[in-house]
Amino acid sequence: MATLSVCQPQYGGFSFENCKRNALLETEITKLGCSIPAARKTGTTICGVVFKDGVVLGADTRATEGMVVADKNCSKIHYISPNIYCCGAGTAADTEMTTQLISSNLELHSLSTGRLPRVATANRMLKQMLFRYQGYIGAALVLGGVDCNGPHLYSIYPHGSTDKLPYVTMGSGSLAAMAVFEDRYVPNMEEEDAKQLVRDAIAVGIFNDLGSGSNIDLCVITKGKVDYLRPHDQANKKGVRTGDYKYKRGTTGVLTKAVTPLGLEVVEETVQTMDTS
Amino acid sequence: MLIVVYHSVIGLTQNTRGLRSQLKDSVPVTGLSPQAGAYGVPDTLRRGFSSVKNELLPSHPLELSEKNFQLNQDKLNFSTLRNIQGLHAPLKLQMEYRAARQIQRLPFLQSSNLAFDTLRGSDDMIGFEDILNDPAQSEMMGEPHMMVEYKLGLL
Repeated sequence: MATLSVCQPQYGGFSFENCKRNALLETEITKLGCSIPAARKTGTTICGVVFKDGVVLGADTRATEGMVVADKNCSKIHYISPNIYCCGAGTAADTEMTTQLISSNLELHSLSTGRLPRVATANRMLKQMLFRYQGYIGAALVLGGVDCNGPHLYSIYPHGSTDKLPYVTMGSGSLAAMAVFEDRYVPNMEEEDAKQLVRDAIAVGIFNDLGSGSNIDLCVITKGKVDYLRPHDQANKKGVRTGDYKYKRGTTGVLTKAVTPLGLEVVEETVQTMDTS
Repeated sequence: MLIVVYHSVIGLTQNTRGLRSQLKDSVPVTGLSPQAGAYGVPDTLRRGFSSVKNELLPSHPLELSEKNFQLNQDKLNFSTLRNIQGLHAPLKLQMEYRAARQIQRLPFLQSSNLAFDTLRGSDDMIGFEDILNDPAQSEMMGEPHMMVEYKLGLL
């Protein structure tokens, strides 16, 4: 009878088999006065803006886990399809896997329809998937792209709600970035103005939010053309040291010097080729 | 005695919703020995001590909705179809589903369900069920004789 439990049909997907054990451990450990490790804080600034004939997406490049900077130059603008890109904030692995999954689905979809996918399709796929998992997949996304209906920009929350707006921000630095957009956004901007605006919004997030930092990545999507600028700008350049703190040669005076030659004789000498492959 | 003590422990952790509503939602785990782990013996470390409540209630808020997701999705599709085209459409589709589901390998081998997936339209979709915990890549196999007997209702 040892294998009878295998009779039940097996299904793929998320496994909940450790949840009971974890709940049990948590109660036992709390009784002892300890606590189980909490989830790490995350922080990001991502944003996007619609301009005259396209979309500009922007992101910082700092990955944090709690108080530690885990990666100083991570990539937060993910590929969805040739005309759609997606910025991700929240749990890094969740944003990564979510965008990869939707990217694969959209590729299959566009192969079966024979057209470039629309941004609305990507948005609907993402929101339906995130809603299914009720916010347990911590992915806050900014989705932007250009399709047959022109440029579109969406923000998608982890619970599956979405907004379609001309300028959106997400992540912990979203308030700072939104302040810049609210101040300086005008409809039908030129590409250079839009890039400068997104750069400034991300820079404000980098300087005012501790969870964001390092460089500024941009992704400019226009009809039939994608410009992925990584890095577009380095907000915090390391300064040049003005002074030289090295001691000059001969600073320490030599008092005595003795050279003792060792009486070694070369008995045999062979040359071998080194394997450098 | 042990069971009573464990009830109180669980009661502390999973008191997010009322017990009655949780019981109403919950689906009893079908199978011969729900407490048994992968190797057939009760897996105390993973599932705790056996208790009735432990078997009835879900251990994660998503567990039930995930378990019933495909079922509910099919139900929704069938009722939509019925509203649009009339009763004959879901009846005919269900008949086709039933026929496609019968194309299976022997119970201890993983079936590809290709015809069924094509019929349901899930063959050109990739979800977490395709990349995480894929049953086709399971390292365990039931005993062939026993699983065939179980399927035929002999056991």
